[in-house]
Amino acid sequence: MARIIVVTSGKGGVGKTTTSAALATGLAARGHRTAVIDFDVGLRNLDLVMGCERRVVFDLVNVIQGEAGLRQALIRDKRQPNLSILAASQTRDKDALSLEGVGKVLDELAESHDYIVCDSPAGIEKGATMAMYFADDAIVVTNPEVSSVRDSDRMIGILSSKSRRAEQNLEPIRERLLITRYSPERVAKGEMLSIEDVQDILALDLIGVIPESESVLNASNAGVPVIMDEASNAGQAYQDMVDRYLGEELPHRFTTVGKKGLFGRLFGG
Amino acid sequence: MALLDFFKQNRKSGSAAKAKERLQILVAHDRAGPGPSYLPQLQRDLIKVIRKYVHVDQDAVNVRVEQEGNQEILELNIVLPDS
Repeated sequence: MARIIVVTSGKGGVGKTTTSAALATGLAARGHRTAVIDFDVGLRNLDLVMGCERRVVFDLVNVIQGEAGLRQALIRDKRQPNLSILAASQTRDKDALSLEGVGKVLDELAESHDYIVCDSPAGIEKGATMAMYFADDAIVVTNPEVSSVRDSDRMIGILSSKSRRAEQNLEPIRERLLITRYSPERVAKGEMLSIEDVQDILALDLIGVIPESESVLNASNAGVPVIMDEASNAGQAYQDMVDRYLGEELPHRFTTVGKKGLFGRLFGG
Repeated sequence: MALLDFFKQNRKSGSAAKAKERLQILVAHDRAGPGPSYLPQLQRDLIKVIRKYVHVDQDAVNVRVEQEGNQEILELNIVLPDS
């Protein structure tokens, strides 16, 4: 039986798709059969971040409406043999998603996969609620910034009330916090909410902290998930996130200001 | 100037502290939900009553409900004009 993971945030532009691509790639690279689904009907982007945009023929809505089989629509990742991608529809309206249809797709995927990663769209509309409804685990992506934290708090409330697990009185979704675009320098200057500040407000276990990094934009420019950039801090932080998801206990890295020598501290800018 | 920065590492004085404070209030408010539906009417009535005695602006009366444990607190904030 597959484990279903939703990557959600409420607010847009905080790194949901980057995180979904990293998580799915990381799980597949560790030998788990993984599928990643883009739920952003009308504004598909996961295919771009994964670098398979030219290979999309059928999408999630085609499968739900019976116009294509799941096997036809799944795109096999060129880098990770264990990874498949199911793109979002680009043209149709959001009403094309139905709970029943999504449930059927997930059931079918679960037969041949270990993990299913659901990349949620921003907002709290249908696509977002569909992406989270069937989840077993949730990664709440948050920037250390007021509007993002507030929206995450709203999302946490919805996760614990409007999911299959909540409605059927099952064990609740395991929700964990991922802080992205973190800048220890700005935190040290008091210009940015710290990890502790965000956790104080959201009260979730921390699954990772991704530092602000140029490599994220470089990676999406190239259509290669940033987790594959093992030289970058962000790539390494995502590797840690995947290991933590799989149960390893690792200290959080890249969360403090890099140490300068005494000379640098006294005279450096 | 780095030498000075080193001595004034007073991180709580930055804008992050302000952000956290604002968030704590906002999130508590969001979690409490929209509150009873009679609030807008109550606010209008209060303004009428207060205007019998002193002229206040429409936005001078602020009514809100806060949740504190099991207690609901109705908070009334009336700003009187400068005399």
